[in-house]
Amino acid sequence: MPPLKHRHQRATWLAITIAVSSVVASSHPAHAAGRGPAAAEAQVVQIRNFAFVPAIVTVRPGTTVTWTNADEDPHSVVANAKAFRSSALDTGDSYSFTFTKVGDYGYFCSLHPHMTGRIIVKAR
Amino acid sequence: MDTKASDRIDRRGMLQCMGWAGTGALYVMGGGIASSISLDAALAAQRPDPAAGRVTPFSFLQISDSHVGFDKPANPNARGTFQEAVAKIKLLPQKPAFILHTGDITHLSKDAEFADADAIVSEAGIPAFHVPGEHDMLDEGGGKAFLSRYGKTTLGTGWYSFDHDGVHFIALVNVANLQPGGMGHLGEEQLIWLARDLAGRSASTPIVVFAHIPLWTVYADWGWGTDDSLQALSLMRRFGSVTVLNGHIHQIIQKVEGNISFHSARSTAYPQPAPGAARSPGPLKVAAETLHSVLGIRTATVVPGAEPIALIDAALG
Ligand SMILES: [Cu+2]
Repeated sequence: MPPLKHRHQRATWLAITIAVSSVVASSHPAHAAGRGPAAAEAQVVQIRNFAFVPAIVTVRPGTTVTWTNADEDPHSVVANAKAFRSSALDTGDSYSFTFTKVGDYGYFCSLHPHMTGRIIVKAR
Repeated sequence: MDTKASDRIDRRGMLQCMGWAGTGALYVMGGGIASSISLDAALAAQRPDPAAGRVTPFSFLQISDSHVGFDKPANPNARGTFQEAVAKIKLLPQKPAFILHTGDITHLSKDAEFADADAIVSEAGIPAFHVPGEHDMLDEGGGKAFLSRYGKTTLGTGWYSFDHDGVHFIALVNVANLQPGGMGHLGEEQLIWLARDLAGRSASTPIVVFAHIPLWTVYADWGWGTDDSLQALSLMRRFGSVTVLNGHIHQIIQKVEGNISFHSARSTAYPQPAPGAARSPGPLKVAAETLHSVLGIRTATVVPGAEPIALIDAALG
């Protein structure tokens, strides 16, 4: 078994890789020809290995964030301040929420509350 | 007591039976001091002394984390292994007084899963007491499905206490209203109730506490602990003998702290990794032929006076 530190580094690299690819994916529709400023943006957050990946995401108002559970355990997505709340997501289940208001939304998994994440909604 | 000799034979028979897996770890607690002793030493210590106190010899069982409804690769048939566990209970030569189920009865809190679990447990033919795990709180009502079935005589989110043959049993709920960034949580209302429940009780009363998530911090990175457990434990320190039983982490881990001993139990459904031994605490997939050796049930034997509560963990195969 690799030492703990090494495994943590691998986990971090994976998180960065996914974060970068999802940022690219979400910014792409805004640049697509023919789309106006009202074009919906999308952001994906994976729930994997008892963590939200990426844990912190910055999006523009109007963005729909979709969480998908890739674990064998069920998880949930619950805003600390109650702005949104999913039901329990079993393996493969998704939950989406569209952020219309600017703000800093902390959230967690109500089954495993040590799992936390943040959606920062900022106008450009 | 002139039935002593036959009592002893029965008990020996039971203890041998409970050793079916050959892996039964034995933990004993008595006189407020918990320690691990050999099976032979435990048998030698079984000398009931009616003059020692109000405690009458009896045994009870702990089962945990049956996750009825779980069908993933770590155990495609969690229902089946739960049935096997209950079948083991029926084989015991000395009938236990009751079963304590320490939560995660179901996997997804569905009514059908609760009904299924109930049907399986009732096969044992003895009363069963339940506390919810976080998997039993997943219905839209956030625990209403659990409470409608098991909460008819409980308080708050499902806590209660009862006495049996001189031992005081306390069922705590530490999976409700969990806080962002936290671990298990008891909450103010339950702690106030607990203080009242314990007030005025003799310090010589043996206490057995059962809850789903460990009441000591096993591994904070995975949330394996209870934020406000110290407040609960501080209410129990004056008692000579406190045994805390939990599930949640699907493996046997013990800790002794003064007069309080903590014991987490195996699941009847699937194992989880040792603290920090994997990237996440998710279900641990083991070879199919190994699965039964990492699942199990636990028998507790209460004997009078200063003699210990003996906990025997037995694997399913
Ligand atoms: Cu979770």
